Amino acid sequence: MTTIKTREPAAESGKAAGPELPRLGWRGGLRYLWTQLTSMRTALILLFALALAAIPGSLVPQRRISPVRVTDFINEHPRLGSIYDTLGLFDVYNSPWFSAIYLLLFVSLVGCIVPRIGVYVRALRARPPKTPRNLVRLPAYAAADLADGDHDGLDRAAAALRKRHYRVDVHSDSVAGERGYLREAGNLVFHISLVFVLIGVAIGVLFGFRGTSVVIVGQGFSNNLTQYDDFSAGARFTEADLVPFSVSVKDFEVKFETGPVQRGAARLFRADVEVTEQPGAAPRPEVLEVNKPLRIGDTTVHLIGHGYAPKVTVKDADGNVAFSGPVVLLPQDGNFSSIGAIKAPDARPERLAFEAFFFPTAVLNDQGPQSIFPDALNPALFVNVWHGPPKVETGRPENVYSLDTTGLRQLREADGQPVRIGLKVGDGVNLPEGKGSIQLDGWVRWVKLQIGATPGVAISLIALGFAVTGLCLSLFVRPRRVWIRVRGGEAGRRVVEVGGLDRADARAGLTEDVAELAAELSRRPEDVSAR
Amino acid sequence: MSYEYYSSLALVSSVVVYALAMFAHTAEWATALRLGVAKPVARELVDVAAIERGDGQQRPDPVNGREQPVADLLANADTNPAASRRVEQFGRMGVALTVIGFLLSVAGVLTRALAAQRAPWGNMFEFTITAMVFVVGVYLILVWRAGLRWLGLPVTMLAAVGNGLAVTVFYVAVAPLVPALHSVWFLIHIVAAAIAGAAFNVGGLMSILYLIKKRAEDRGTVRGYLERVPDSRKIDLISYRFLAFAFPLWTFTVVAGAIWAEYAWGRYWGWDPKETWALVTWVIYACYLHARSTAGWRGTRAAAIAIIGLASFWFNFVGINLLVSGLHSYAGI
Repeated sequence: MTTIKTREPAAESGKAAGPELPRLGWRGGLRYLWTQLTSMRTALILLFALALAAIPGSLVPQRRISPVRVTDFINEHPRLGSIYDTLGLFDVYNSPWFSAIYLLLFVSLVGCIVPRIGVYVRALRARPPKTPRNLVRLPAYAAADLADGDHDGLDRAAAALRKRHYRVDVHSDSVAGERGYLREAGNLVFHISLVFVLIGVAIGVLFGFRGTSVVIVGQGFSNNLTQYDDFSAGARFTEADLVPFSVSVKDFEVKFETGPVQRGAARLFRADVEVTEQPGAAPRPEVLEVNKPLRIGDTTVHLIGHGYAPKVTVKDADGNVAFSGPVVLLPQDGNFSSIGAIKAPDARPERLAFEAFFFPTAVLNDQGPQSIFPDALNPALFVNVWHGPPKVETGRPENVYSLDTTGLRQLREADGQPVRIGLKVGDGVNLPEGKGSIQLDGWVRWVKLQIGATPGVAISLIALGFAVTGLCLSLFVRPRRVWIRVRGGEAGRRVVEVGGLDRADARAGLTEDVAELAAELSRRPEDVSAR
Repeated sequence: MSYEYYSSLALVSSVVVYALAMFAHTAEWATALRLGVAKPVARELVDVAAIERGDGQQRPDPVNGREQPVADLLANADTNPAASRRVEQFGRMGVALTVIGFLLSVAGVLTRALAAQRAPWGNMFEFTITAMVFVVGVYLILVWRAGLRWLGLPVTMLAAVGNGLAVTVFYVAVAPLVPALHSVWFLIHIVAAAIAGAAFNVGGLMSILYLIKKRAEDRGTVRGYLERVPDSRKIDLISYRFLAFAFPLWTFTVVAGAIWAEYAWGRYWGWDPKETWALVTWVIYACYLHARSTAGWRGTRAAAIAIIGLASFWFNFVGINLLVSGLHSYAGI
């Protein structure tokens, strides 16, 4: 401790700790911290903390899972929302405190495992411990007389133990055996595997990407950044990592339950697609279904959603076609009531825009139109009309699903009610005040594709395989020590003594095994071999 | 009359029969109160003998619950043979009724599968009735092989409540599966979850019994039926066996779920509420295993952790399905 005096910071911290405590110094302090961190008690507390910390993320809406619900929550509870936001409760699994817990847990794990590997390696080379003097005191004990003239009792004892996969040492009057080395091996493998699982996940997060794209049936998707509706990628991802494939959606079949039970529940989603692995390659037909993603190299393409895109034609006041084609609308409920915007910025003299509501199986009731079934049995499109002076092209991106009404005026009836137009397939309606016309030509479906890659996942999966195997070994292998001694008994008889000790929980059958060994050894050698 | 009708009939009957079995076991416990307090001398002898042999490890297979209470039973048999016989009768009645209830619930699950023409694990109702078949099946095997009848009351209570909830609250009519469930992982993931869940439940029930017995032992108030239950150390060990069996299986369940999630939803892990709670449950049972090898935590505290783990399992199963919306919501429930 004398060297500590030359180190200023350590001396200070020693004072701060109070005069009663021995001075540790920074080296000793670190070692103390390290010992604390790697103790089983700390691991236990960290595990508890991890379980507790994971809970709020399942009860409070999460930004990465349902951003809309987070916004709703903040709007409903502004004060609570801002407190939650400060605490990171809307993004628990990326919050500093959650990360701190699992990183500390893994540091603790590594600190615990590394020394144990050394211990285990030494234990692997160690011989079974010497035979205790008093076998009777062991948890399990059995003794039996040896048959007359049986002089190789010890050899047979050693053989019997070896047959049962014990590591055996033969001493002068006894045999020592130990087995179950795989238990600690399994334990180590399990914990090391967990580290590799984390490494695999980290690689996936750093190098992976994921994005979605809405593709109208009949159209296609090619894998470059401009085609994504949303896209997120790890820090080490570069655009060059995107494989230049393309997928065109030829057909999309959907079936819904029409029976009385679970009416409207999805029964089938199947997209017939053509995949072109790289520009110029021959396209190959594929079927894309839920649970059957496409795999193109490391990239996967999943079918994760669908919806309706009514085909409309909008003519302006001059009678010219200002817009024509399918418009992707977003489903709002299980019956696919869908909303969105139809924009005809090129209509002249005034540009036109429509708030669009599409109902695949439309009925009209007191609350207005609504959809009562997800399939298109009675499709209808309802629109509100907006008009305004032409806008200067700014090139600024705007949301295609919602209407920005700045600079627009809503068309109203004489009584001031907004003009509301309902259209069936094939219907065309002239807008009031000669503003133009809109026609519902038909409808198509669209599919939402998720494109992504998660490198490193193979590492995680293989590691998890090892982890489960190691776990089973560490829980089900039972380390056991058995000693067998042959000694002289009464009246010149020779006695074989068997003592056993289990070194782990969940011991079972120790007494039976020991008794069985004693019985086997007491039998005449020829009896045993005759069996 | 359809398979679906027979399935419901069998399951409702099983609830009634399990409830009767529960009453029989309650009567078994109640009549055991008349046995009087065991002679303390007999207990002392057992304990001393155990200490002499080295912390009692010499006893045969700990699953074998018939070994330990012999001294107690002899003492009791002397004091009140009629009550002892009645305890035995009620116990046998309970087991017999449990067997009938078990056969009915197996029939219910099988006819449900026939009615749906698929594996009957598509919703909460079907999962519960299947898991209860595993719970009671394992219990009956242990009664037969290892004399675990003392677990009768908690198991029949669980089975009656489980199947009761299934046929009343969770019930949904037969329907085909949504496309997300069309996968081979449907079989793997759910069967593993049901078996692990059954083992968690049996282990958790035993942990509760352990706490009761341990408390009585510590206070010296082991009376009535509790005397017929093996000593707390043995209960702890059997409970550990169940949980140690369930833990790797639960690990596998979560991993299989992650793999399936990649096929169905395009990501391995998305912190869906169900996934989160599966992990929470896993971590709590990991705590349990670590606690058992940490000084000051084994015994009572470890048992308490096992019970928290069971609570987390149930919350994940019932609470998350009914209270929180997530990707694991199918078929209304």
